[in-house]
Amino acid sequence: MRALRAAVLAELTKARTVRSTWWSLGIAVVLSIGLSGLLSLSLRDAPLAPGTVWDPVRFGYFGVTIGLIVLVVFGVLLVSTEFTTGTISASLAAVPRRGVFLGAKALAGTAIALVVSVVIGFGAFLLAQPLLGERGTTLGEPGVLRAVLGACTFLTLMSVFAMGLAAILRSTPLCLGILIPVLFLNSQGLANLPAIRAVTQFLPDQVGLVMMSGVAQPADGLGHTDFGPGAATLILLGWALAALAGGFVAVHRRDA
Amino acid sequence: MIEVDGLSKRYGSTVAVDGLSFTVRPGRVTGFLGPNGAGKSTTMRMMIGLDRPSGGSVRIDGRHYRDLDRPLRRVGALLEARSTHPGRGARAHLRWLAQTNGLPASRVGEVLEQVGLTAAAGRRAGGFSLGMAQRLGLAAALLGDPPVLLLDEPVNGLDPEGIVWLRSLVRDLAAQGRTVLVSSHLMAEMALTAEHLVVISRGRLLADTTVAEFVAEHAGSHVRITTPDAARLRQVLGAAGVRVTDAADGAVEAHGVGTERIGELVAANGVVVHEIGMRTASLEEAFMRLTGGGER
Repeated sequence: MRALRAAVLAELTKARTVRSTWWSLGIAVVLSIGLSGLLSLSLRDAPLAPGTVWDPVRFGYFGVTIGLIVLVVFGVLLVSTEFTTGTISASLAAVPRRGVFLGAKALAGTAIALVVSVVIGFGAFLLAQPLLGERGTTLGEPGVLRAVLGACTFLTLMSVFAMGLAAILRSTPLCLGILIPVLFLNSQGLANLPAIRAVTQFLPDQVGLVMMSGVAQPADGLGHTDFGPGAATLILLGWALAALAGGFVAVHRRDA
Repeated sequence: MIEVDGLSKRYGSTVAVDGLSFTVRPGRVTGFLGPNGAGKSTTMRMMIGLDRPSGGSVRIDGRHYRDLDRPLRRVGALLEARSTHPGRGARAHLRWLAQTNGLPASRVGEVLEQVGLTAAAGRRAGGFSLGMAQRLGLAAALLGDPPVLLLDEPVNGLDPEGIVWLRSLVRDLAAQGRTVLVSSHLMAEMALTAEHLVVISRGRLLADTTVAEFVAEHAGSHVRITTPDAARLRQVLGAAGVRVTDAADGAVEAHGVGTERIGELVAANGVVVHEIGMRTASLEEAFMRLTGGGER
């Protein structure tokens, strides 16, 4: 326990002492909140697609996709740079129990991602809702706070998912080459192809959309899923834990 | 004390380390010598658990590295100079290392001073020369004031002044009673630094001896003679009981005799010679002979 605590502190120092942490997370916050505001301004009187139910929380969060990408990049870099820079040799010499090493890294990374996610989740909501005008909502309305917390959880768990994947793959370009197309392509289209929606709705980003929705979409609407926000949270938790478990196995088995 | 017992490492069909056994004792510098690719780095990585042995084991003061509590207080290792994030400063690198093992933050400044990096403490490691990176790696190894030190090719990248400094540092550390293992592919460097030698090639142990014994055994001298009639010379020397070998360039090498005796023999027998000279095989040559000519 003492070893884990010391390793978590060290991992926080590691994250704090490279610039990429600051610029990536800074960009995530500014772009997510700013874009959410801008897009909300244009959505306040835009016509809705047929069959779509207005959802102030989710539609106010469109800009958060950018923050999601950057948080994923942060999660990948946090782990992959250990391998790409050779720091892993120093890390495992100092913390030879590999489970403790990766556990500490995941805990520190999760804590950082959580703080940033809460700033983005609440910041984007509080900026976007007034800009949506008549269509906006407040935290006091039914289901709204749940959806905002869902957004924070979604962003955090996606970052954790990225950390786990990076521990398996070790390569920054490989991780981003897989994650970014999946996050973009899926949201932009794949998930709405009826033939494959039965499967793609379970992919992390689609699950996340459900988590940050205040209103369920009808069965024929865009972004409909066969599960609600509670199940969505569990599914995403499953993705994150599976990636971390894969990372633990990889870090245990392979030479540093 | 480091005990290596039947240590092996295979990568697919390639054998990097092949049943190595030796012991590194405290209080003296042990040179770990072998040509590039001999398996030195792999062996040292296995000592601290970075690579998993295919067979055998390493014990440090009786325990496996991964079972050590706060290992930086027991073992300091400089394995790769570049094992730092290029964007992180030297002081920050040492600070997180200190945190992992509960070492006081004051140690960071002390080891930076010790390796002469105080002025560069705030600079990012990515901008360091190889020599500075080596010094930072050494600072990391010294951080926990460990009784066991593993240094893999520590003179790489150091300037001549740095090399002299490192030699005396390494000897001082051993004189304090620490176990010090220093690898190199340069025999001459080891002769200046180490008292004991572990020589490996192609993953196998070739010698485990003191430097003095190694020199006495392998760095013999001989008389080199060039002649237009080598066959006749060999016959004359052979008849006088002198052991001869052939040099690669056609010269004759006579062993166990001085130049005077050779001169007398060729004069008495009327052999034409162009050169008679005393040659001392260098340590480097002895090492090359022993390891079969270097890199694979």
